[in-house]
Amino acid sequence: MFAGLARNDWFLFLGFSAVILLLPILLQPIGAAYPALMQKICIFGLFAIGFNILFGLTGYLSFGHAAFLGVGSYAALWSFKLFTMNIIPAMLMSIFFTAIFAVAIGYVCLKRSGIYFSILTLAFAQMCYNLAYSVLTPLTNGETGLQLTLRDPRWIDALFHAPGAGLPRATLFGISTSGGGLAGFYLCAAALIIGFFISMRIFRSPFGLMLRAIKSNQNRMRYTGFNTRPYLLAAFVISGVYAGLAGSLMAATDPLAGAERMQWTASGEVVLMTILGGVGTLVGPVIGAAIIKYFENIFSSFGEATLHGVFGFLPDVIEEPVVWFFSLFVGDGWHLTLGVVFMLIVIFLPGGIMEGLRRIWKLFDRRPGDRETIPAAQTQAAE
Amino acid sequence: MDAILLQILNGLDKGGAYALIALGLTLVFGTLGVVNFAHGALFMLGAFCAVTFNKLINLESVVVDPTQTTAWGSPLEIRTPYVEAWLGDFGALLNDYSVPASIILAVPVMLLFGIAMERGLIRHFYKRPHADQILVTFGLAIVIQEIIKHFFGANPLPQPAPEAFSGTAYVGEILGMGQTLAYPWWRIIYLLFSFVVIGAVFAFLQFTTYGMVVRAGMHDRQTVGFLGIDIQRRFTVVFGLAAVVAGLAGVMYTPILPPDYHMGMEFLVLSFVVVVVGGMGSLGGAVAAGFLLGILQSFASMNEVKAIIPGIDQIIIYLVAVVILLTLPRGLFGRRGVMED
Repeated sequence: MFAGLARNDWFLFLGFSAVILLLPILLQPIGAAYPALMQKICIFGLFAIGFNILFGLTGYLSFGHAAFLGVGSYAALWSFKLFTMNIIPAMLMSIFFTAIFAVAIGYVCLKRSGIYFSILTLAFAQMCYNLAYSVLTPLTNGETGLQLTLRDPRWIDALFHAPGAGLPRATLFGISTSGGGLAGFYLCAAALIIGFFISMRIFRSPFGLMLRAIKSNQNRMRYTGFNTRPYLLAAFVISGVYAGLAGSLMAATDPLAGAERMQWTASGEVVLMTILGGVGTLVGPVIGAAIIKYFENIFSSFGEATLHGVFGFLPDVIEEPVVWFFSLFVGDGWHLTLGVVFMLIVIFLPGGIMEGLRRIWKLFDRRPGDRETIPAAQTQAAE
Repeated sequence: MDAILLQILNGLDKGGAYALIALGLTLVFGTLGVVNFAHGALFMLGAFCAVTFNKLINLESVVVDPTQTTAWGSPLEIRTPYVEAWLGDFGALLNDYSVPASIILAVPVMLLFGIAMERGLIRHFYKRPHADQILVTFGLAIVIQEIIKHFFGANPLPQPAPEAFSGTAYVGEILGMGQTLAYPWWRIIYLLFSFVVIGAVFAFLQFTTYGMVVRAGMHDRQTVGFLGIDIQRRFTVVFGLAAVVAGLAGVMYTPILPPDYHMGMEFLVLSFVVVVVGGMGSLGGAVAAGFLLGILQSFASMNEVKAIIPGIDQIIIYLVAVVILLTLPRGLFGRRGVMED
């Protein structure tokens, strides 16, 4: 009762940080404690948090966020190639370039709202993707993808020491972050925690309140003499920079950038993560990202042999159709599972997993007289 | 001159596909007010109707003839498709014309699928925000294409055009302009086919009582409801019709582009752009914008143009869409009051 909002937030933040930092231990029992997967969870969590700042707070559904991810990756890789293998300048480069990109694209796209905004962002993302594959090949290396080579100048590194024999690794002042060690994971985890903190501050700030007001009724905001455009643009740029940072982390953990990262299906993926976890909630997007990346890993590795093992106790007559049915959903069919789960969530639980948890919590935490207040707590649909 | 004509032809057949898909999208949007991201999947489903039909027709009976041997010494297997065994010459003809003939399969399948989709899923999303509609149909599109991938594999499956139309048409000679203007027959057929389908849809809406009621409902569904007409039922049929149009576009496109499971997504993005350029809710606008963008795209891929502005062929459609959306808020032919913001 007396615990203020700020105090609750500190608990939330500390709890979140603890969970993320302890992931290598927590994921041990379910066999997912290897760095490559945990890095992915953190990177996509960061991406989804950023996307949620735009979609969750303002209700503007962007279908082109993957473009920023791609730009961030390319910028980071060019920093590796031209200057130094240290990741700090690479991240700064990514932030700088995605911010410029986001200002330009956001300025144009935010002239419209609703479905037109979605189509405009989609159009820009497709333009970036197509150009990256064709004309910009000198910059992006087309279908092969941008990679480190032995002939890269790396001017700043060259000042300090002679180039080694093999390809250098991305480092943070000497600690190697690429190559699948735990260092790479902790780098991503630190970025995710910082990103989470900033997003929490935005959610609780007057600025965040303003964005929510735009979501619930933009016209009314305008009638009161309020120019909503700068706020929207700021939100767009912030969420674009999150995506760019996620892209630079991808490059830092695995120095390779391909254009397929920018395709609109990749933008669709971050939408799936955010919706699955819970739009407009703080931790929801991270949960969504973690679940999708984890199950992608598990389900894709399942084959029919595993299924026969699982359902081996059934009589053969039943086992065959059961295995056939489930084989639709595992292995290559993982996307089918994703699509079905996603549809079910949108249909029955628009608030995502967080909404589900809240409903379950309500069941146990029912006090007399509380039942009447439940319908009032339903979320308002965004127009 | 020849080059320009060729580019126009090139653009027209691609534009035909865009126009057909965009027509269905607009029809659904204008009647039900639903933004259907699964429409590209319907196009792909139509293409796979053609694949299925072709497979059915090519089912063979295998008879082992021990008296004859192959070059490897094993008994010769004589394969005859059942259709040819049963129907003789007509069977062989059917085999040759399997792509156009699969329309018989595609129409009922797509109609049923469309109606089931509207009754089972879309119906529950009328009152939800457009973002929810986009999301749920996006999910459905993923589900449809993954199921297709499971049954047909991930590789493109080339479908043959009928023997008579698989060659090249010397359009230049027909028009009396010399030999250089040559063009595949099947693409010309596709263009004519798209004209016929578009014409049929417009005739249905314009000249039948049923179509008149549908148009009235698009304009003001409440008043039509007051008159005692079950407009919802008609809109369901219109959704089925839109699915059929997308399916037919897919069936006939198979000889041009071998269908694979994600062809729908690629066309979907483009046809959404087409719809927006033409103006949300305007059927004529969708058709006009489809052909216009198709032609623009083929002109942009001419080498002369690419030499001036490199890469323009990749982005021209999106660029046009951005410019039009920013200068004409309703698109080229958009109606007042439909999806304005």
